[in-house]
Amino acid sequence: MPRPVQPLPVRMTHWVDGVLLVVMAGSGLRILKAFPSLGEQGRPYGWYPFQGEPPPDALMIGGWLAGARAWHFAFAWLFVLNAVVYLAYLFASGAWRERFFFPRRDARHAWLTLLHDLRLRRGPLPRHGLYNGMQRLAYTGVVLLGALSVLSGLAIYKPVQLRWLTALHGGYDAARAVHLLALVALAAFTVLHVVQVALHPRTFVDMTLGGRRAEEPR
Amino acid sequence: MSPPTTRRGFLGRALSSGGLLALGGLGCDSRRPKEGFLGVMERTNEGFQQALFDPERLAPELPESALTPPGKYPAYRIGRDFPAAPAGWALRVGGLVQRPLVLTAADLQRLPRTRVRVRHHCVEGWSAVAAWDGVRLSELARLAGIDPRVRYVEFRSFERGYFSSWDRESALHPQTILAYGMNGSPLDRRYGAPLRLYSAVKLGYKMVKWISEVTFLPVRTGGYWEDQGYEWFAGV
Repeated sequence: MPRPVQPLPVRMTHWVDGVLLVVMAGSGLRILKAFPSLGEQGRPYGWYPFQGEPPPDALMIGGWLAGARAWHFAFAWLFVLNAVVYLAYLFASGAWRERFFFPRRDARHAWLTLLHDLRLRRGPLPRHGLYNGMQRLAYTGVVLLGALSVLSGLAIYKPVQLRWLTALHGGYDAARAVHLLALVALAAFTVLHVVQVALHPRTFVDMTLGGRRAEEPR
Repeated sequence: MSPPTTRRGFLGRALSSGGLLALGGLGCDSRRPKEGFLGVMERTNEGFQQALFDPERLAPELPESALTPPGKYPAYRIGRDFPAAPAGWALRVGGLVQRPLVLTAADLQRLPRTRVRVRHHCVEGWSAVAAWDGVRLSELARLAGIDPRVRYVEFRSFERGYFSSWDRESALHPQTILAYGMNGSPLDRRYGAPLRLYSAVKLGYKMVKWISEVTFLPVRTGGYWEDQGYEWFAGV
């Protein structure tokens, strides 16, 4: 029997990740509310446009600072575990080859896809296997963003015990900014992702039920 | 909270509270972060933090140029006012020790002085830098002669109900001091005078201000913030 478009481990980790991202973002924003500014005391970052402005109530989880921290640090483990399961499956099954972005193989196709989606290029795209180049770029980028979220999170969680990691980010307050920017990037990805899925509902069915491949790639 | 005005707002709220209720059933109660699933994970995280803690690892000592500008260093209190030291204030050091101590401000000044100039990390997310002068807690432990059974240290304030208990290793860290000076001046009441705990290896809320008592204990107690739901270990 041919492999489904989206094998079960991919579907499961995908939807679990959706829930975990909401919990991590919501509790993270509630933590941010306790000090909704970037930059150390007396030296606020000039580039940050929302100094002193708390995030909207509707986006926050955890109720109060200690509650939100408990949620954040509890579900962070599940977030990491889920990512490890996903990556382990990709590497064990070999599926990483058709999902990850390899510049030599995918860069040109990513560019063509972009022109196509922006209506700057006429005609159908050349076939490119499971994903087009832009999808590979986006789905690889979002895995890296997830990793950046975890690393910058650890850097502000343990700025003394993991001082090398915090220094790598440019210090505690810089790491805090990186952590928030990673969230902004993840949120932007999610919005684009949902729009693309709405335009191609078939992908939603595949990611839920698995789907069947029209033919094996290659 | 204002009532939802749009159908979409209502739906969103219904969905999110439904999801939260489901998670609540799994043991996630924001008001009780030390119970249920959140509590299990808090204890997991405490183990993780303890495993990560290296008693020899020092926080970077920062240059004078890193000091937070005057007036920008936050001063917090738990009561209505910053408390004043009672007349005849002295620090009591006791518990499982061979020689309980009573030290006046002058006694403390005569003990070896340590300056710590490191980044301060508040649970709220902000950071700031000051230079703190004081006596290492490890020095007081040596003078008092602590018993091998000591595993925790409790710091108590003359501000009623204000205390915190620490693991022995963090308390005896070379960058943990009882401070009586800040940025080259005597400590101000707003920052915990006559004596406050200062450390490079804990979040700010563990650093008890207006201290009157240090007790070396074989058992762990809680703390003013910890008993409200903030985590007990709170290392950085």
